[in-house]
Amino acid sequence: MRYLWFLLLLLPLALSPFPYYLTLLNFFALSAMVALSLYVLTGLAGMTSFAQAAFMGMGAYATALLTVKAGLSPWLGLGAGLLSALLLALLLGALTVRLKGHFLPLSTIAWQVALYILAGNLVGLTGGHTGLTDLPPIHLFGVSLDTGFRYAFLTLLLLVLLVLALYNLRHSRIGRALLALRGDALAAASFGVDPAALRLKAFLLSGAIAGLAGFLYAHFLRFVNPTPFSLEASIKYLVMAVAGGVGSIPGVMLGAAFFTGLEDWLKDLLPLLLGRQGNYETIGYGLILALILILAPKGVWPMVERYLPNRGQGLPKAEPLPLKSPDGPRGEVVLEVRGLQKSFGGLMVVAGVSFTLKRGEILALIGPNGAGKSTLFNLVAGALLPDRGQVHLFGKEITGLPPYRIHAMGLGRTFQHPHLFLELTVLENAALGTYSRTRAGFIQALLGFSRKEEERALATAYRALKRVGLESLALEKAERLSVGQQRLLEIARLLASGAEVLLLDEPAAGLRAQEKRELASLLRSLAKEGYTVLIVDHDMDLIMGLADRVVVMNYGEKIAEGTPKEVQRNPLVRAAYLGEEEVA
Amino acid sequence: MDATILSFLLLDGLQNGVVYGLLALSLVLVFAVTRVILVPIGELLMFAPLSLVWLLEGKLPGTLWLALALGGAWALMARGRGALLPLVGGVGLFLLFLLAKGVPPLAYLAAVLLVVYLGVATYRVFFQPMRGATVLSLLIMAVGLHVAYQGLGLVFFGPEQFRPAPLLSGEVVVGLSWQGVLVLLFAALSLMALYLFFRFSLFGKALLAAAESRLGARLLGIRPEEAGMVAFGIASLLAAFSGLLLAPLINAAYFMGFMLGLKGFVAAILGGLASYPVAFLGALLVGFFESFTSFYASAYKEALVFLLLVPALFYQSLRARTVEE
Repeated sequence: MRYLWFLLLLLPLALSPFPYYLTLLNFFALSAMVALSLYVLTGLAGMTSFAQAAFMGMGAYATALLTVKAGLSPWLGLGAGLLSALLLALLLGALTVRLKGHFLPLSTIAWQVALYILAGNLVGLTGGHTGLTDLPPIHLFGVSLDTGFRYAFLTLLLLVLLVLALYNLRHSRIGRALLALRGDALAAASFGVDPAALRLKAFLLSGAIAGLAGFLYAHFLRFVNPTPFSLEASIKYLVMAVAGGVGSIPGVMLGAAFFTGLEDWLKDLLPLLLGRQGNYETIGYGLILALILILAPKGVWPMVERYLPNRGQGLPKAEPLPLKSPDGPRGEVVLEVRGLQKSFGGLMVVAGVSFTLKRGEILALIGPNGAGKSTLFNLVAGALLPDRGQVHLFGKEITGLPPYRIHAMGLGRTFQHPHLFLELTVLENAALGTYSRTRAGFIQALLGFSRKEEERALATAYRALKRVGLESLALEKAERLSVGQQRLLEIARLLASGAEVLLLDEPAAGLRAQEKRELASLLRSLAKEGYTVLIVDHDMDLIMGLADRVVVMNYGEKIAEGTPKEVQRNPLVRAAYLGEEEVA
Repeated sequence: MDATILSFLLLDGLQNGVVYGLLALSLVLVFAVTRVILVPIGELLMFAPLSLVWLLEGKLPGTLWLALALGGAWALMARGRGALLPLVGGVGLFLLFLLAKGVPPLAYLAAVLLVVYLGVATYRVFFQPMRGATVLSLLIMAVGLHVAYQGLGLVFFGPEQFRPAPLLSGEVVVGLSWQGVLVLLFAALSLMALYLFFRFSLFGKALLAAAESRLGARLLGIRPEEAGMVAFGIASLLAAFSGLLLAPLINAAYFMGFMLGLKGFVAAILGGLASYPVAFLGALLVGFFESFTSFYASAYKEALVFLLLVPALFYQSLRARTVEE
């Protein structure tokens, strides 16, 4: 189905009698590439850039300088172009990917403007606003690509290959991780995704794509000057992507096609209407962008897509990933928490709590609302930094490590309020769990080399769904699930991750009685297999029937620890739950 | 470099720096209250002096029609009693413009009110319907409005540069004009007024509360859209005055606002888009840096300013935790 994109290559043949339209066709292909670079950045990774035209400019000027000034081959120019685009992306990205989401786009505006000014003022190097002329044409297999007709085959072929590569990326562990990161960085990080590293790689890929488009642009016009690499141009590409629907590849292509045509038309029409020459089409872009954002924030494509036949994916049939069952002697200490302390402002939420967790046991953490249970969870799993105290996992200190490092060492968690990705299918949500058990990187994912591994990852996720009883909903969107089912899905994601130490934050809240019984028997059988469970819940019947040991917290302190029977008799515990009079 | 040149550069840097500072404060305020990064603040600034030039020549500027159109959309969207403010304001603005043609004091007032009305209408028409959207979507909207407004500025006022007559002519000492003194005075007054407003008035405190926590503010009866309107209003007011005072010194043209606004952004980013004092001090730094780079490398001064972002972002990256909930 996706190979239908190759039909685009017929367009030059159909348009061959009209040189003007061949030029437009080339512009469409180049714009679509830049817009697709924003698909990677905005659609997948949830960032954006107002400097895509600057990346194009890096590609274009690099090749222009090498071919015109040094007389070298355009292919060396391509290498230099990609390299300089990547370097720029590395610089911008390294400075901003660790910051809150708006610093990256905001600083891209600044760099875009700065580079544009430099391109116009470094006259000795760039030729200033007159630019560099007489770039050599590209030669391919002895054919000189010096006409719009011939060039269109190259640009369209590269465009189609890019589209296919991005489909591969979307349906890979990397694509899934990027989408997860966009939706909920904490949940993604809790399953092994390093947010800053992945964002930086996405930014590099997006910069390289735009750089490639710039290289092609330069050798198509065989002339470069700063104008096509301005902030206005960057915004034009963003408008294309957003208007079409930046979350999907067809949407971005649609936007690129529509605006390439519209721009051409506006450039003729507006000066006529206004009686003056000028860049008036930017008004149109700005207003269209505003209307789209208000009326159809997801762009036009989702509205079109509704009427297309839905060709859903099938259930995975591959062999699941090998699941190494937890080994090591039962009763060995797997998690040790010593004197953990955390305060928010003046409020001490966790005040020096210690406990140990032994392999194969179910330890329950209970306490009234506000006792500090969830904060303790977040401290152990790396979502919060403790003020004092240590956490050891399998004998190694993990205090203060980020969640993705802790997860990789064998600890997994669920959240008090489910952190799921509602636009993804149930199966994909569960498959995020396999992130740290799979290996394919960006390049393998783009080239489609990771398909086997991906099949097995999905099969692993499917098996985990079976275990919690959600397999019949595997291909539904996660937004269709009830709250109870969402909690089960979080447990399935955890099982797919192969973590041996399971932290469950109120897994039974919102479950029906029958579902609770099934959950209890699932947890018991997991413990029997050697998994270790730390569970927080308010359902005392469930906890007392399930837990081997119970730790009771109140006002941030541990007030009791022991078997369910012991803590039920403990006067401090009764006081915490029933009120102080009980003690007196 | 001798002492005279040094003092020239310092004065020049200070004069520009305080304007960047006011813009930076506006940006931080608007961001805190509404999560909008107000990229078109430069265009709001630019609309004020150019509208003034048109009024003084006895013509009605195109910005008036833009403001009335947005006001009309605002009234339609607000309906009921909420429509009263845009309608009354729009009619008042129109009448004021008719009176102010060729009448200097009224023209200044009209230009300021126009920009404030336009700023508030921009919030109501474009940003308020997007409440709940991500910061990223709001930023894309803001950038879209920037290009649209800048393009409209070109349509309304053409590509020419204008130099309105200064309010006070002449120089105090060589290198410092009376107009420059006005700029500094205005900045000092604004800082004081903002401080008093946020420190002592109930509404100012409510605004800060809304910035701190939108939900919390709502629970206490502060309507977020009201807070947003006031934030946009203050930002537009500061931008309009800055534009009017600065225009006689640096020429007014449709493209003037963006670079000024962008330097305000650099300053706001130096303060992490959160700290008012650091943003203002950052703006002074931007001003001095720019005035010294323009002495040594004038062709690149506009580009070099952005180099200041590198250490600032680097410092903030070092302090950031990678995973935010």
